[in-house]
Amino acid sequence: MKRILAALLIAGALAACSSTPTQEQEGAKVEDRTATSPPAEPSRPAPGAMTSKPVGPGAVAMDPLKDPGNILSKRSIYFDYDSNAVKDEFRPVVSAHGKYLGQNRNTRVRIEGNTDERGSREYNLALGQRRADAVKQMMQVLGAAASQIETISFGEEKPRAQGSSEQSWAENRRADIKYPGE
Amino acid sequence: MKLSIARHFRTLLLPVMLILPAPAWAALTVEIIGSGANQIPIAIVPFRAEDGMAQKITPVVAADLARSGLFRMVDAGGVVPVPYEPADVNYPVWRARGAEALVIGSIVPQAGGRYEIRFRLMDAAKQTQLVGIAYTVAETQLRLTAHKIADAIYEKLTGDAGVFATRITYVVKRGTRYELQVADADGFNPQTVVASNEPIISPAWSPDGTRLAYVSFENRKPVVYVQSLVTGGRHAVANFRGSNSAPAWSPDGRRLAVVLTKDGGSQIYLIGADGSGTPQRLTQSSAIDTEPNFSRDGQLILFTSDRGGSPQIYGMSATGGDPRRLTFEGTYNVSPRFSPDGKSFTFIQRNGGRFNVAVQDLATRQVQVLTDGAVDESPSFAPNGRMILYASGGKGRGILAGVSSDGRVKQRLVESSGDVREPAWGPLVK
Repeated sequence: MKRILAALLIAGALAACSSTPTQEQEGAKVEDRTATSPPAEPSRPAPGAMTSKPVGPGAVAMDPLKDPGNILSKRSIYFDYDSNAVKDEFRPVVSAHGKYLGQNRNTRVRIEGNTDERGSREYNLALGQRRADAVKQMMQVLGAAASQIETISFGEEKPRAQGSSEQSWAENRRADIKYPGE
Repeated sequence: MKLSIARHFRTLLLPVMLILPAPAWAALTVEIIGSGANQIPIAIVPFRAEDGMAQKITPVVAADLARSGLFRMVDAGGVVPVPYEPADVNYPVWRARGAEALVIGSIVPQAGGRYEIRFRLMDAAKQTQLVGIAYTVAETQLRLTAHKIADAIYEKLTGDAGVFATRITYVVKRGTRYELQVADADGFNPQTVVASNEPIISPAWSPDGTRLAYVSFENRKPVVYVQSLVTGGRHAVANFRGSNSAPAWSPDGRRLAVVLTKDGGSQIYLIGADGSGTPQRLTQSSAIDTEPNFSRDGQLILFTSDRGGSPQIYGMSATGGDPRRLTFEGTYNVSPRFSPDGKSFTFIQRNGGRFNVAVQDLATRQVQVLTDGAVDESPSFAPNGRMILYASGGKGRGILAGVSSDGRVKQRLVESSGDVREPAWGPLVK
């Protein structure tokens, strides 16, 4: 029973992975004045793919990615000004995700780099990219494959903390690890 | 000289003005600070039959010329008879008022709701006509015609091309909404090109002024789009794995330099402006290479790189290779844009904690810092090279500002609502 269930769960996870464009479509809110139709909704996993019955507590462990007690629930890595060095305090988080991806070869993640608001928007976009790439490289050392990780940057464009204080800036110098559907 | 360019207007200008229907909420208003070294005193007489018109011509012409900082308006009131034709002009009166140049003209309604606008620029000292042009236009083109008249006057009296009939683009952020807008160079007639709840940055005009390339985050990552201002049609031209940004048009309008991260790191590539073809990599570094910009002859590309440890401006051949560092003052020099004559470039230099617009001469390497705001960003030259448009005021409350390339004249274009950023001055459209 456990084996079958595990197989079903993996199938479900696979289906979820195959639909990574889904998350990319959710942000599309632009008025498109072209005559062409909007991009088609990407295929979602067939309803049947997730028909596994709920199981009793304890039969399957809580999703480690969402378990607040698990280090994998931590997703943000913070950086010093003008730096893409992963500080020691964040190495355990990056290592845990690297190992997880190494053990879950079909899982794909995205790492989103961010910067504070100071300086050129395009240069900051590149700085955010460099931060995301630094996290990716460390994950690869721990067993993740390059093909499992897409790194992108928001630069200074999507600050989590508003405001122009050093506290806000520190919060925004950050890379976030995002799993499918997040 | 008498020249009708009505046909020209119909074919070139009408499509752009009509096919961007969404009205923006508020026009930009312009404040002028400072003035040119030698202002030309000019009197502009209200045109015959202008009084009853909803869209007047001469106030727009006067505002354009005054905004340049190169002209001083001489009072044109109280002269009897009011001159509309050369034979009416009592030159001693105008010379006594200090006017070196005089603008006169008339407006004559035509069939089909059109207007003939005739203007003449007279030399008050030599008592001769310098320019005379007649335009036949629809009512919706009256304001644009006023800008064309200002351009003709500016060109005749300064020797440089006028840019009052050009357009600008910029991004307005209102709450969580981003609007990419196009407006006349004086901030009037703003039109929303595209709107999104995700950021839009780095708009860039195609050399012919019919398309904009820009970066949109609507797919939760930076993707480069090209959008037609004629049809409104848009498509993604760089949507590779990773980030796609910093579009810059080649002067022939057929290619874009863009920054891609698909091969690791932010590097500059060349792609087709329609997204076709395999990206051709132009830079080969492990550093950040971004913000490319072509020289007008298409031979050179300026860009920002931190390959030397801090972000600095570099130049290279447009076919790639052999980059040379151009900036050496300070530790943060970014966002380069060539001057139209290719002899200098504008960029942003950090001095202490401030970010300011500067110009560097390519031959002498001499740098002149032109602005003194706390956070000035995204400079771009007017197509005649005389003014630089930039964003000022910092994040959250940005405004557009202009500074003459000699630093003497400053303008502020104030939007009544929203945070305005990422301006780019459009090309001269012939």
